[in-house]
Amino acid sequence: MKKYQSIFLAAFAFSFVACEPEFENPVTNESYSRGEADFTTYVALGNSLTAGYMDGTMYRSGQRYSFPNLLAKQFAVVGGGSFTQPSFNDDVNDVGGLLFMGQPAAATRLILNMSTSGPENLTGTPTIEISDLQAKAYNNMGVPGAKSFHLLASGYGNLANMATGTANPYFVRHATSPNTTVLSDAMSLNPTFFTNWIGANDVLAYALSGGTGENQEGNTDPSTYSSNDITDPQVFEAAYKTIINTLTSNGAKGVVATIPDITSIPHFTTVPYNPLTAEVLGGEAVVTQLNTSLLGPIKQILTAIGEGDRIQLYSTTSGNPLLITDKTLTDVSATLTAALIANNYPAETAAVLGQVFGRARHATRSDLFVLGTSGIIGTASALPSPLDKLGVTFPLEDKYVLIPSEQQQIKTATDKFNDIIWSVSGSKKLAIADMNAIMRYLTTGIRLSDGQWYTADYFKGTENMNKVLFSLDGVHPNPRGYAFVANEIVKVINEHYKSNLPLLVPGNYPGVTIKASN
Amino acid sequence: MKKILSISLLSLIAANSFAGGYRISLQGQRQLAMGHTGVGIIGQNAESLFFNPASGTFLKSKWSFSAGATALFSNVKFQNSIYNWSNSSENMGTPFYFYGNYQATDRFSVGLAVYTPFGSSVEWQQDWPGSHLVNSIDLQAIFIQPTVSYKITDNISIGAGLIYVNGGVTFNRNLSRSMIDDYGNRSDVTIDASGVSAWGYNVGVTARLDEYVTLGVNYRSQIDMKVEGGEAKFHDMPGFLNYADGKFDATMPLPAELTIGLSYQINEKWLAAFDYNYTFWKAYDNLVIEFDNPAIGTSVNPRNYKSSGTLRGGLQFAPSEKFSARVGGYYDISPVQDGYFAPETPRNDAIAGTAGFSYKITPKLDVDFSATALHFKQTKNSYDHYKEDGSYLSFGGDYRSSAYSLGLGLSYNF
Repeated sequence: MKKYQSIFLAAFAFSFVACEPEFENPVTNESYSRGEADFTTYVALGNSLTAGYMDGTMYRSGQRYSFPNLLAKQFAVVGGGSFTQPSFNDDVNDVGGLLFMGQPAAATRLILNMSTSGPENLTGTPTIEISDLQAKAYNNMGVPGAKSFHLLASGYGNLANMATGTANPYFVRHATSPNTTVLSDAMSLNPTFFTNWIGANDVLAYALSGGTGENQEGNTDPSTYSSNDITDPQVFEAAYKTIINTLTSNGAKGVVATIPDITSIPHFTTVPYNPLTAEVLGGEAVVTQLNTSLLGPIKQILTAIGEGDRIQLYSTTSGNPLLITDKTLTDVSATLTAALIANNYPAETAAVLGQVFGRARHATRSDLFVLGTSGIIGTASALPSPLDKLGVTFPLEDKYVLIPSEQQQIKTATDKFNDIIWSVSGSKKLAIADMNAIMRYLTTGIRLSDGQWYTADYFKGTENMNKVLFSLDGVHPNPRGYAFVANEIVKVINEHYKSNLPLLVPGNYPGVTIKASN
Repeated sequence: MKKILSISLLSLIAANSFAGGYRISLQGQRQLAMGHTGVGIIGQNAESLFFNPASGTFLKSKWSFSAGATALFSNVKFQNSIYNWSNSSENMGTPFYFYGNYQATDRFSVGLAVYTPFGSSVEWQQDWPGSHLVNSIDLQAIFIQPTVSYKITDNISIGAGLIYVNGGVTFNRNLSRSMIDDYGNRSDVTIDASGVSAWGYNVGVTARLDEYVTLGVNYRSQIDMKVEGGEAKFHDMPGFLNYADGKFDATMPLPAELTIGLSYQINEKWLAAFDYNYTFWKAYDNLVIEFDNPAIGTSVNPRNYKSSGTLRGGLQFAPSEKFSARVGGYYDISPVQDGYFAPETPRNDAIAGTAGFSYKITPKLDVDFSATALHFKQTKNSYDHYKEDGSYLSFGGDYRSSAYSLGLGLSYNF
């Protein structure tokens, strides 16, 4: 009896040995590797896209979703060191914006107000003071607004230069000394690995201004540039080469990124050229009225001088184009005024109409509008009725629209800058994240391995709230979008440096901030 | 074996697991130790009433009672090497049972039992990568079954029971993969239902072919647990989407099961048994939750289980009246189909080993011990039917589970 009992007790004990489930190949940090790259000290160089700018400003809770910060977490798995970013602890209410000597210098962040279903600046006062100097080099050396040559500009972070507009408020806050450069602060950390995404502002600042800046091609003195100008390609190339040569001078490896086309960015592709339906205009009667009393007569006169294509009569059944000013058109104000007077218009009225329509035309599908246009269509111009509706009876200023000739300059410059990025980085055997191509594919849709389709659309409401990648400024990604960028860079690093880094799931990151009211 | 007419007041508790846990059968320490066979076993103890309601008339004593409890430990590990995810869930439950049978005459018996099936619960770390599917789930149910058993001949008995189920569930998941409140906390919802009652039935036949072989057949009906007016509570919601706490309705089917099996009395000391269960899991195609708030509407969660079987075998060695020992095992096929692997029911095909023994303390009272260990195959699987903004998303990785139990019971016969 006892023999049997002890056998069965032993059998019991045995059955509980090793009852913890074990994987054949457990996933641990040792499952991953850095390959040929060394992530010990990672420094990110660039502009707002690198800094973690979103919704029109830098703000505290947004900054932690910058793509370099997300990348650093993946690097940490394979020996990457700590990653610091400029402090925004003074953004106590998490509203973003800027103060200069106590005065508001930049607006608070954009949020989506459900009750008005539109993006608005969050109610609140900025507390981020430009003159609170940190004087510290951080791993994230992304400076919002920086162009290529700015990274080499001494005094770009000098508080005293704010008055002359030659300093950058964000760099002022953390420049280690008044006359240091962004690049030398970056190098002071002795990077073993870097990302460099610079050049967007060299052309996109012009685009965002609606093409009101100058194309400085041929002018190799950047000190004469204004902030909305397109950089000369030789200036860009010289700056880019210096940056890359310096970054790699101690053997550091890295990833560079190309500049996206504006046709990939919702800031320029969201407002349609023809949003003026009969309903928007105020009804069929209004459409007929506009045609008979304003557009019809103007078109007739223009047709007589061979410029009839400038103006279209409005339709009651389809969306009608916005009215814009096109500075490349011949100014026909005098001809218009004379013809109107000949048709018995009072002299003053004829003069005003002539002035307003001298260089006006209706938009075509080849024109692109900046995001802010949607907020001002139909609002009051300086003139009385009937010329009081912006974009309808009063032409939109140049700054709202990119006409084909402006787009062409942007495209030419973007392509030239990207060619320079490819050749300079290729010669140093760096990894290249072709964000230009990736964002182009994004416009038609990219499907990630979790099954989610992502596009370059602007926020549309609850229908795309879980998959929109752009923040409310239409230019910068939201946290999910930055996770998408980080993920694409991880893939490039894995391919180029034969690393094995874990990927990210952009869908697990938050989208735009939506509030019930503001 | 004395033939006595018995009236047993026996409630039978069908402790099959259902949506929300492993299918580990723990309805009695003696039968559990034999691989949880029992549909064809006669003359053992009151536990047999669970396995086949017709067995009541074959019990040896006028009064048979059996009661016990089991500590069940179940663990599951998850990992995904693409994203460097590693998570695990450790759960414990303590199901218990009580059976009583009375032989009213030598042809007729009546019984009653109270039983809680194992508290089937799975708890993952809050906000883990699969949190949009489940954070935690806890399902409990008590099945109460009055049973009658009648010998139509000396060797053939039929039995039937009415099953009353009383149960509840608590289930928490995050609202989506990314939604947060204004402070960065993930938004989540808890649905909670208790006191849900439902009815079913159980019928069986036991046929003793000769002094060696007894055959048994048992059918337990499908039971639909209908939740009406359960509570839905929302936490950490962003200001623009302030769903008020409300109510929900849901139905979960507990599938029907057909068991056939036999016992073979090899000699006076050795008894063998084999059972085959076929569970009609196909009834569980979707988990549908209807929220009373029209802004939320109806949540349809495809599950698409397939009907599946379990093969069981057990052996008992009873060298004397005082002592008996058992060993057994079973092979359980998972009802979960590829692409429908939801982490609230992380189960795969499993092999179990069981063992146990009984010792007679007094002429009427025995102590029963059992132990089981379940070994699940590692699986790489995913749930591909979660929808977000119009796209079907996939969540998955490697899963591996294991479970073991220790049980203690008492049998009292006179």
